[in-house]
Amino acid sequence: MEHRRYRATENQVLGLMGITAEEWKLPVILFGDAEMVTFKDDLYREPPLPEEYSVPLFPFAGHGANPWAKVAGSKFTRDFILISEFSEQVGPQPLLTIPDDAKVSGTFDLNYFSLRIMSVDYQASFVGHPPGSAYPKLNFVEDSKVVLGDSKEGAFAYVHHLTLYDLEARGFVRPFCMAYISADEHKIMQQFQELSAEFSKASECLKTGNRKAFANELEKKLKDLDYTRTVLHNETEAQKKANDKGYYTTQAIEKANELASVEKSIIEHQDLLRQIRSYPYRKLKESEFHPYEPERALDRADAGCDQDLAPSDPAEPGETHLYTHIPSYTPKLIKAKSAKCFDKKLKTLEELCDVYFFTQTLDQLHHIERTFRGDVCYLLTEQISRALLKQQSVTNFLFEDVSFLDEKPPEKQYRGCQGLGQDATDGKCLEESLTPKVVVSLGSYKSSVECVPIKMEQEMEDSEEPKMSESVTSEPQENLDYLDADIKGSISSGESIEVLGTEKSGSGLTKSESQASLPVMPSPQAGRSKVGSRRTVSEDSIEVLSTCPSESLIPEDFKASYPSAINEEPYADNDDERGLRFAPRLSPGIADEQDDVSKQESLVQVDAACCIGKESPIFLEPLPELGQKPCEEDGVVRIPPQPYRAAEQGLRGGFPAHDGVPGGLLPYELDSRYLSGSREVSKSSLDECSDSTSYISSAASTCSDRTPSPAHPACQAGERHRKRAGQNALRFIRQYPFAHPAIYSLLSGRTLVVLGEDEAMVKKLVTALSIFVPNCGVYAKPVKHWVTSPLHLVDFQKWKLIGLQRTVSPAGVNVLHALSRYSRYLSILDADSKTLRCPLYKGTVVARLADHRTQIKRGSTYYMHVQSILTQLCSKAFLFTFCHHLHLPISEREPEESVVNRRMNFLKLQLGLANEDVKIVQYLAELLKLHYIQEPGRGGSPLLRFDYVPSFLYKI
Amino acid sequence: GGGREPQGLAEKSSVQTVGEEQTQNPYTELLVLKGHQDIVRFLVQIDDCRFASAGDDGIVCLWNAQTGEKLFELHGHTHKITAIAPFSSSDAFEEKRHLIITASADRTVIVWDCTSGRQVQKVSCFHSTVKCLTVLQRLDVWLSGGSDLCVWNRKLDLLCKTSHLTDAGISALVELPKNCVAAAVGKELIIFRLTDSNNESEGWNVLEVKRLVDHQDNILSLVSVNDLTFVTGSHVGELIVWDALDWTKQASECNFWDSSVHPDVQPEIKLSQSPNETSVQHLTSDEEYVFAAVGKGIYVYNLQMKCVIACQRTAHDSSVLHIEKLPNRQLISCSEDGSVRIWELREKQQLPAEPVPTGFFNMWGFGRANKQANQAAKKMQENTPIYFLELVGDLIGHSSAVQMFLYFGELGLATCSADHLIILWKDGERESSLRSLTLFQKLAQNGDLQLKL
Repeated sequence: MEHRRYRATENQVLGLMGITAEEWKLPVILFGDAEMVTFKDDLYREPPLPEEYSVPLFPFAGHGANPWAKVAGSKFTRDFILISEFSEQVGPQPLLTIPDDAKVSGTFDLNYFSLRIMSVDYQASFVGHPPGSAYPKLNFVEDSKVVLGDSKEGAFAYVHHLTLYDLEARGFVRPFCMAYISADEHKIMQQFQELSAEFSKASECLKTGNRKAFANELEKKLKDLDYTRTVLHNETEAQKKANDKGYYTTQAIEKANELASVEKSIIEHQDLLRQIRSYPYRKLKESEFHPYEPERALDRADAGCDQDLAPSDPAEPGETHLYTHIPSYTPKLIKAKSAKCFDKKLKTLEELCDVYFFTQTLDQLHHIERTFRGDVCYLLTEQISRALLKQQSVTNFLFEDVSFLDEKPPEKQYRGCQGLGQDATDGKCLEESLTPKVVVSLGSYKSSVECVPIKMEQEMEDSEEPKMSESVTSEPQENLDYLDADIKGSISSGESIEVLGTEKSGSGLTKSESQASLPVMPSPQAGRSKVGSRRTVSEDSIEVLSTCPSESLIPEDFKASYPSAINEEPYADNDDERGLRFAPRLSPGIADEQDDVSKQESLVQVDAACCIGKESPIFLEPLPELGQKPCEEDGVVRIPPQPYRAAEQGLRGGFPAHDGVPGGLLPYELDSRYLSGSREVSKSSLDECSDSTSYISSAASTCSDRTPSPAHPACQAGERHRKRAGQNALRFIRQYPFAHPAIYSLLSGRTLVVLGEDEAMVKKLVTALSIFVPNCGVYAKPVKHWVTSPLHLVDFQKWKLIGLQRTVSPAGVNVLHALSRYSRYLSILDADSKTLRCPLYKGTVVARLADHRTQIKRGSTYYMHVQSILTQLCSKAFLFTFCHHLHLPISEREPEESVVNRRMNFLKLQLGLANEDVKIVQYLAELLKLHYIQEPGRGGSPLLRFDYVPSFLYKI
Repeated sequence: GGGREPQGLAEKSSVQTVGEEQTQNPYTELLVLKGHQDIVRFLVQIDDCRFASAGDDGIVCLWNAQTGEKLFELHGHTHKITAIAPFSSSDAFEEKRHLIITASADRTVIVWDCTSGRQVQKVSCFHSTVKCLTVLQRLDVWLSGGSDLCVWNRKLDLLCKTSHLTDAGISALVELPKNCVAAAVGKELIIFRLTDSNNESEGWNVLEVKRLVDHQDNILSLVSVNDLTFVTGSHVGELIVWDALDWTKQASECNFWDSSVHPDVQPEIKLSQSPNETSVQHLTSDEEYVFAAVGKGIYVYNLQMKCVIACQRTAHDSSVLHIEKLPNRQLISCSEDGSVRIWELREKQQLPAEPVPTGFFNMWGFGRANKQANQAAKKMQENTPIYFLELVGDLIGHSSAVQMFLYFGELGLATCSADHLIILWKDGERESSLRSLTLFQKLAQNGDLQLKL
C-alpha cells in the first residue's frame, strides 16, 4: 500500500515536470552518473565493518520507509555551512558554522572536515616574486568551486575556495573556504549551479570588503614606511655629518642598507596598492564577473557603510579621494627586522573584510542556508514549479504570488516561446554538453606568469582527452578503472575524500581560440560554461573529477591605468544578465501549481497552441510510460525530480507531435466525456495524492525539527500564511454548508463581504477565503481584511473580499445601509448569524475545490489541492481566452449569434463546464484579457463587472 | 441623497422596483472616473468618444468615453462652473476644432480647445454670473445669459447685449426660428430677436420682441421640440406648449402632477404638495412626445393629443433631475436619490379594466383610485392606445444625487453625481468582445499568431 502511494506521488511529480529518464543527466556537473553509481557499488561491496564503524547508507531502507530521508546516514542533523581557513599558524581550522548552533554539526568532526576541504584547494593562487618579475604580484584568482564527498562521514559538500589579502600574512594571502555541507549527495550535485551562484555572491562580498581593507592597510603601511624612511634618512644624514673619518662605520652601512630596504619596500607596497586598486576596472571588462551588490541593504550601505562606497568617477584619480576619507593616521616607525613570528595574532575574518561586508556575507550565507535546507526533492520541485510558473506569464498572476518570480524584462519572459529557433540551436549545444566531456587543453590555463596551475595533471589530461570523453559516457565502469590505473597517486590524500566536480566560470575560456573543442553550455540560469577536467584520482577513494584552472587576470596594460579608488558600483549591470542576483523565489506552497495538472491538461494546452501558436507556454512532455520509469524492485521510485532547465524544455518540451492533425483540434482532446472522465480520474488520483502528500508531509514533519523546509526569507511569512489560510479554509468548508456559493462568488469576481462584530473571527474567515480570490493584476491580492467604515462602489472595484465590522452605533447603521444599497454587487457572509446572501451556485468545480468530506487534514495540503484545481481552471480560462474563433467570427458574414453559440458550446461541451462554472471561467478569461492587453506601466482604472442575478439567503 | 418621503410608507412602497434580475439592462460593467473634488453637475459631449465634465470645483475634465481615460484636466475657473456648452467650428478652411465654453461663478467665461487641452480665450467683463450658454451654430455666434443677454462671435468679441433684465438673471435659453431666442427670466419668458446691425458688417443687434407671462412661478425648464413648437415648465408644475413662430400658447397642462383627468378635485391635496414635488425639473422631447421630469415622477405628454399618455408618479425616491429619451423607446432618468433608471414606453394591450397609471392612486385609497382610474381608462380608450412606462433596469452606483447623465449609445452611459464621481456604465458583453478583439490584434501585432511547430 505504501509503495503504491509513493509511486503515485512520484509519478505525478515527475510526470508533471515533464521529465523523462533521458533527461536526468545533468548538464551542470561534468561527470557521469557512473561515478556515483560506482561509488555506491563500492560501498556495497565493502567487507562488513565492525558494527560500531558501519554507517548505514540507507537506514530506513526497509518496508514503508520514506525514501527521501537520506539525512539519517550522517553525523549531523541538518545541512549547514562551514567557513574554514587554512591558517599559516595552525593549519586548517573551522571558523564558524551557519546555523551557528552546536547541535547542527552534532558529532561531526569539523576540524577533520576542514582539513579535508582545505586540502582540495585548486585555486593555485600564489603571491610572491614570480620568476622574471621584480616585485611581488597580487594574483586576482577566481574562486574555485568543487564538490566533495566524504563517504565515511556521510557528508557531501559544495566547497567554495577563496583567498583574501592580508598584508601580514605569508604571501599576503589567506586561503579560506566556504562549504555547504549536506548528507544528500544529490542535493549538492543538482544544486551545484545554484549553490555556486549564491556562494559567489557571498564570496564577492567578502572579497570586496577585503580589497578595501587591504588597500587601507597598504596605505597605512606606506605611511609607516615613508615615515621610517624619513627617520632613517635623517639619521643617516646626521651620521654622515657626525662622521668625519672618511669611512663608513658598520653602523652607517647598516643604516644605509636599512634605508635601501625601506625604499624597496615602499616601491613594492606602492605596486601592490596600484594592483589592488586596478582591480575593478579590469574586472569590468569581463562579462563573467559578478560584482557583489548589496541589494536589500543598499540603504544601509549608503548610510552605515563608509565613504568608500561614495560614488567616484573611475577616470578621476582617486588618491586624494581615498586619503581624504581615511581618518588621520599617525605613522609608526617600522623596525628593520620584520616582526614575523608565530605568536603574532592574525586578523580575524571580520577584520579582514570590514565589519559591514562581513555582516552582509553572513546575511547572504544565512540566506543560502535557508534556501537550500530540507529535502532536495522539495527544492527541485520548487525550482521546477517556479521555472514553469515563470513561463506562464499569461495566466500565472491569477492565483500565484508572482512577485516572488524573478522580475525580468518582458521580452525575456516570452523567450521560451518566441525564440524557439534560437532555443533549438542553444539546445543543440546543450545536448552536446549533456554528454559529460572531459576536455582540457593547455590553453585553458592562461599562460600568464602569475598563474601556476598544476601542470602535471593538465598534460596528462590532455593526452587522454579523446579517450576519456568517450569512455565516460559509454563505459563508466571501465572508465573508472582506467582512471584508477593511470592517474592514481597523483595527489597525496586522505582516505575517503572525493572531489566530485568543480566549476569554472568559463568566459575567459570560450573567448580564446584554443578552446574550440570545448563544449559551450549556455545554461539559462547562469550562462556559465562548465569545463570539466579530470585532475587526479587518488590512491584510495580520492577522486578529483574536475576542477577549474585559475587565471591571473590582470592584463599588464590595465594595471597602472586606473589607480583610482576601489569603486564597486559601475559594473552592476552585468548582474542582471548573469542571473546571479538574490533570486527571489517562490515559496514551495505556491509553486505546486503544477501538481495536479495531469496529462489531460497538458493535452488540452495543445489546443491552445493551435489557436495561438507559440504564444502558449512551453508545454510539458507527456508522461513517460510507466515502463520507462526507473523503478526499483519494491516499486519505489528513488530518483528525485531533476532540475529544470528552461532551454532544455524549450527544445524538447515543444508540442507533442500529433500526427495527422497538425494544428487542428483533436477530437478526443476536447471531448467533454474525455475531459469529464479524466476529471474523475484526476479526482480519484487527487484523493490519493492528497493522502500520500499528507502522509509524506507528516512523515517529513516527524523529522522537521532536523530539517526544516527550505524557505526564502521573503516568503517565509507567506508560507506560514498559506498554511494557516489552508487550515482556515478547511475549517470553513467543513463548518459552513454554504461554502460553495461563497467560494463561487469569489471565483466569479463578485465581492464577498464578511460581516461580523469580532475582528479576529472576521479576519480568520477572510484569510481562509482569500485563497480563492483571483488576482486582478500582478499587484496585491484584492483582499481587505478589516474595514469599519461604510463601503462604496470604488471599494468593490478594488477589493473582492472584504472583512467588515458590524457595530450597533449609528455609524453601523450607515454601514448596513451601504451594504443593502450595493447588495447587487455583493455577497454577504454574516459571521455572527452564520448566514450567507449570495447568488445560487449549481456548478461542479467548487464542489471539487471544497468538498466538506475531504480527507485532507493539513492546511498546506489543502492549499495545494486548491492550487491544483485553480490551475485547471486557469488553463481552461486560458484556452477560452485565446481561442480566436470563440470570440471573433470565422468569416465576415458570420452572425454574432453563431459566435455566441460556439462560445457557449465550447464552454459547456468542450471544457465541460456546468451552469455557473461558465461564469467563473468567463470572469477569469476577462481578467486574462485585461492583463494581456493592458499597456505596461499603465495600471488603468479597474473596472467592475457584475450580473443582475437574484441572491438567496443561506442559513446553517 | 435619500430624499424626503413626506407621504410615508404608502408612497414609498409605490416606487416601482425592478427586481434583481434585469435581463433588459445592458449595463453590466462600470468604470468609476475620479477627477473632481466637488459635485459634478454637467456632462457635455464633445464628439463621438469624448465628453467633458464640470462642477462645483471649477475644474473641467475631458474624458475618453470608451476607455474612461482622463484626457485633460482644465484649470482656469476659481469658482463653480455654472454653464457649459460645446462649440464646434464648422469652418471649411480649417480643421474641425472642438471647443467648449464654460461659464463660472467667478464671472468669467473661458473657451477651451479640446484637442490641445488649452485655454483659448477668457472673458471676464461680466457683471454677473453667466447662468446659461447657447451656441447659435447657424449664425456662428454664442449667447451668454446672466442678468443680461450678450451676443458673442467666435473670436469672443461682444457683438451686442441687452439692457439689465433682472438680478436673478436668465435661467434658460433656447434657440427659436427666425433668429429668435427664448429666455426664461423668473416667471417670464422673453423672446429676443437678433437683427443685422445696419452700420457694421459683422454686427448684430438684439431686440426684445415679446414677454410671455403665462407661468405662475419660475420657469425651470425650456426645450425646443421642433421648428414649430417649444415647451416650458415651471416650478409649480405648469407645462406650456408654445408656438415657436408666433409665441402663442398652444396648450398647457397645469395640474398634471395631480391627475390629468380631474385637475380640479381635491384642492387640499394640491396644497399638501410641496413645490418640489411638482416642479418641472427637466424636459426633453422627440417629435411626438414631451417627457417631463416632475417632482419624483416622469410624465409623457403627447403633443398631438395634448395630454399626458403615460406617467410614473413616483419614478424615484426623490426628485428627478434629468431625463433623456433614447432612440429605442427607452427613457433614462436620474434622481437625487442617487439612482439611474431605465424605462421603456410600452403600449398596453387593450385591457379595459385596468387603470392607466398603475399604482397611481394608491395613496388615496383603493376604492376611489379604482373608480377614477376606470373613468380615466374609459376616456383614454376612445381614441388612443394605452401606454405605460415599464421599469427595465436601474443603475445603483452613486452614493449621492445623480445630477446628469450622457448617453453615448454603444459606448455606454456616463453619469455624474454629487459624490464627486463620474461613472461610466458599459455593456459588459460588448466590452468583453471588444477586449477579445484587442487581444487578438495585439497577438497579431506581436507576431504570436503564427503557429510554429
